[in-house]
Amino acid sequence: MSESPTVAQEKMAAFAVTPAPQGRKPLTKKDLVADHPTWCPGCGDFSVLAIFLKLLEKRQLEHEKITTISGIGCSSRFPYFVQAHGAHFIHGRTLPFATGVALTRPDLHVFVFSGDGDALSIGGNHFTHTARKNVKMTMVVMDNQVYGLTKKQTSPTSPIGYRSKTDVTGVVDRPINPLKQALAAGATFVARTTHTNPNHMLQMMEAALDHQGFSFIQCLSECVEFYEGAFDASNPRKGGMFRTVPADHDVTSEVAAYQLADEPFPGYFGIFYQVRRPTKWEVEQRLIEQARKPLAGLASWQILQKSFAKMR
Amino acid sequence: MSAETEQAANPAPAAPSQRVDISQAVIRIAGNSQDGIQALGGFLARLAGRTEKEVMTFMTIPSTISGGPSIFQVRIGSGEVLSAGDEADLLLAFYQHSYENHIHFLKADGMVLYDSDNVEPKPEWTARWRHVGVPISTLTVEAIGGTAKDKGKNIYALGLLARLYDLDVPRLEELITERFTGKDPTVLTNALTAFHAGYGYSLDKARELYRFQPGTPHRRPQVVMNGNEALAYGFLAAGVRFGAAYPITPWSDTMELLRRELPKYGGIFVQCEDEIASMCMALGAGYAGRVAVTGTSGPGLSLKSEAIGWGVMAEVPVVVVDVQRGGPSTGLPTQVEQSDLHIACFGTHGDAPRIVLAPANVEDCFYTAIEAVNLARKYNTVVTVLSDQAIATRIEAFEEPDLEKICQELPIDLTPVPEHKPYDLNAPDGISRHIPPGTPVLNGKYPVAAGLEHDEMGHPSGSPKYHMAMTAKRRKKIQALAATLPTPEVYGPPEGELLLVGWGSTQGPIREAVDIARAHGEIISALHLRYLNPLPPGLPEILTRFRHVLVVEMNDEGIYGFGQLAMLLRARYCLSHIQGLNKTDGLTFKVREIYEGAMARLAQWRAEAKTGAA
Repeated sequence: MSESPTVAQEKMAAFAVTPAPQGRKPLTKKDLVADHPTWCPGCGDFSVLAIFLKLLEKRQLEHEKITTISGIGCSSRFPYFVQAHGAHFIHGRTLPFATGVALTRPDLHVFVFSGDGDALSIGGNHFTHTARKNVKMTMVVMDNQVYGLTKKQTSPTSPIGYRSKTDVTGVVDRPINPLKQALAAGATFVARTTHTNPNHMLQMMEAALDHQGFSFIQCLSECVEFYEGAFDASNPRKGGMFRTVPADHDVTSEVAAYQLADEPFPGYFGIFYQVRRPTKWEVEQRLIEQARKPLAGLASWQILQKSFAKMR
Repeated sequence: MSAETEQAANPAPAAPSQRVDISQAVIRIAGNSQDGIQALGGFLARLAGRTEKEVMTFMTIPSTISGGPSIFQVRIGSGEVLSAGDEADLLLAFYQHSYENHIHFLKADGMVLYDSDNVEPKPEWTARWRHVGVPISTLTVEAIGGTAKDKGKNIYALGLLARLYDLDVPRLEELITERFTGKDPTVLTNALTAFHAGYGYSLDKARELYRFQPGTPHRRPQVVMNGNEALAYGFLAAGVRFGAAYPITPWSDTMELLRRELPKYGGIFVQCEDEIASMCMALGAGYAGRVAVTGTSGPGLSLKSEAIGWGVMAEVPVVVVDVQRGGPSTGLPTQVEQSDLHIACFGTHGDAPRIVLAPANVEDCFYTAIEAVNLARKYNTVVTVLSDQAIATRIEAFEEPDLEKICQELPIDLTPVPEHKPYDLNAPDGISRHIPPGTPVLNGKYPVAAGLEHDEMGHPSGSPKYHMAMTAKRRKKIQALAATLPTPEVYGPPEGELLLVGWGSTQGPIREAVDIARAHGEIISALHLRYLNPLPPGLPEILTRFRHVLVVEMNDEGIYGFGQLAMLLRARYCLSHIQGLNKTDGLTFKVREIYEGAMARLAQWRAEAKTGAA
C-alpha cells in the first residue's frame, strides 16, 4: 500500500526545470486574481475559487507551476478566474487531458475543476479510468446537482423527484454517488466538502495537494439560480447538520469508506479514503528504468540504430 | 517414395548455366492464416533487402480472429519495384482452396508449386500453367519428425524457393537463426533442418530454374519493414516521447510498437480507455510541452474529431495518424480505402483549418512522421497523417536513414518570458508561440489555452471582432505553410493528353501504369500529392497543361461524380477537366486497373471529340 516514492523523487529531481528567478516576492491573492468571475451572485463556486486562491497563497506554490484545467459548465470557467497557466478543455474530457499534462510534467501542480455533469455524466468513463491509473492530480468536482450553464436540466447527481426542464414531473433515474464511484474505481484519495464551510474546504484541498496520487474532492456548490436550497440539510445556518467523518474512521479501509459514503444525503464530510499506491507516472518510470538498463549511455539515435540493425 | 529416396533421385543442379536470369519475380503464397505464410513472405522480403533488391509485399488476412485463407505476395526486383504486382510468376499453394482460388492470378507462363499432399491438380489447368507438385507436408514431417504436422511447412517451402531462385542460402540461414533464437533450441534446429531439406529437394520438374540479376548497390544498408513500423520509428526519430491511443485495426501495430519502444527513450505510451481519451491525452501532453502522437483507423477518427477541433482552436501541437480502412461505420476493418480524406481535412464542427499529409510508400512513412512532428511544432496545430491499410501492412526495403543526422531531441523549453500572448494577432503569418505551463511569465499575466473563442490572452470573447480576427489567424498560418511547400514534380512530360493524379499508397502502381502507357506511345504523366491540406502551390499550372486529368483514388465517385481528392481539386481550381478513376473493392489498385481504366477513358474522350468535331 505504501510503496517507497524514492524512484519518483529521484526522477523528479532530474527533471529539467528552469529555476525560479532570484529574490521572488511571495505570491499574494492580488497576483492570483484574474478576470472577474461570471457566475451568478450567490453561486457556491465563488467560495471554491476563494478557497483555492487561499490555498495557493498559504502554500506558496511556484506561480508558473500552477496549472488549472477544466471542461465545460459553470464551474469549468474556473481557469479564466485564476491568474496562472490554464486550459479550458472540451466537455467531459478534462481528465485524459490532465493525464497527458501530468504524465509529461511531474513538476507541475495539476488542478482539475469540473462539475457534476462534466465529471460524472459525459466524463464518467474517464473518471473511472483516471482514478484506476492513479494519475497524480487534484480533481475538485463542484457538484450543484443540476445543469446550470444550460439552464436547469437533470444532472447525474440530481435527486429523484427534483423538477428540472428535462424532468418536469421530477427526476426518475437514481442519482450517482460520486464518492462510491471514486472508491469503486480505485481512487487513492476521496474526500467531500461543501461551499458553506470554507475552513473545511481548505483542509480538504490542502490534504489533496499533499496526496501523492489521484485526489478527488466532491465539493457541494449550490446553484442559487436553478436549485436553491439543495444543500440546506448540510448547512447548520439553514437548520441542517454538518457531520464530519468520525474521528475513529480508518481512512485506509475501502470497506469502511464505502459504508460511510453510502450514508443518505447529506451524509458525512471529510476524508473518506486515502492510501499511497504508486502513481501512473511512477509505474511508467519503472518501465523506463528497466528498458534503459541495457542501453545505458546510448544516445537516442543509437538506440534507434539498434532497432534498425535488426531489420537489415 | 520417402523424402530421402526422392532427394537421392534428384541430385542438386550445380551448373549456373542451367539457370535463367530474371530481373524480378512476383511470388504469391497462399494457405491458411496460421501456416506461417507471413513469416515465409517476411523472410523473402528481408532477404531481398539484404541482397540489394527492391521489394514490395501485399497481403490479405481474413477479418476473423484466427484461421481462414490468407495470402502473402512478394515482388522482388533487381531494379525499381513500384507495386506488389498484378499477376504472379509463381503460386505456392498449400491447399486445394489456395490452388483453386489463386491460380487465375498466375501469368500465362507462370508456375504453380503445390503441396501434393493436399492439392489435386485439375487437368484443365495442367495444360495451361506449369505444375510442380512437391509432397511438402510429408517431407517436412520426414525431415523434422514429430507429430507437429503443420509446423515447419513454411520453412520447408522457403528451402524450395531458395533452390528455385538460387537465393542466398547463408543469409537465409542467418535470418532463420535471428528469428528463432531465444525460443526453445529445438525450434531453431528444426527450422534449419526443414529449410535444408527443402533446399535439397531437386526441382527438375520445374523445367527451368532462375537467378536474380544483381541489384543496384546502395550507399547504406537497406532496412525492411512495413508502413506501420516505419511510422512508429519515424516518431521516435522525431523526438516524440509521449503517445496515447486505443487499439483498432489496422493502426494497432504502430501503437504496440510505440508502447514497447518508447520506454527505451524515456518516453511513455498510454493505452487509453477510448479514442476520445487518447486524443485528449495527446493534446494534454502537447499543451504541457511535448509534441505527442495519437493514432487510429476508421471510426476512431470520428470520435477524435471534437478534440481535434480544440487543438486547432487552442493552437496546441499534436500529431494524429489515421491508417485508413474501408467504409463508413465499422466498414471493412482489414481492407483498404482512401475515404477519410474529407474527415481528415474538415471533420470537426466550425472552421478548423489544419495540416494533412499522406505518405506515398513505406520509406515515406518514416520521413512523413518526422515532418508531421515538426510542422505541428512550428505551426502549433493539429497535423493528420493519412496512411492506409495497404501501406501499413506492406513490406518494403529502403536505404537505412542516417539516424545520427536525422534523430532529434525535443527538450521542453521553459525559458522565462517577459510577457506572453498565446494568441497574438500581430504574430507574423498568424504563427504565435505556445508556452507550456511551468514557463514563468515575468509580468504575471498567464495564458489560458482555450476552446472558447478568445482574445489574445486566451480569455473568452464572443465579439465579432475577435472571432473574425482569430478565425483569420488560424487560417493564415495554414496559408503561410502552403506558400512554403514545394511544387510537386510531374512524373513524365510536363504537358500532354492525360495526367493521373494520386495520393497515398497508390503512387507506385500509378507510376507503373504511366510507364506502360508511355511504352504504348501515349502522352501520359502522373502527379503525386503528399500535402493534401493545404495543397501545394503550382497545381493549376500543372493541371492546365494536360487535356485531361484523372484523379486515381480508392474511394467512391461520390454523389457528384468525383472522388474525395478530385472534389477538392475541382473546388479549389474550378477546373472541369478533372475527373475521377475510383474503386471501392477494398483492395489496392492493380496496375492493370489503372492502365486499362485510363485507356478506356481516353478512348471515350477521343470518340466524343470526334463526334463533336463532326
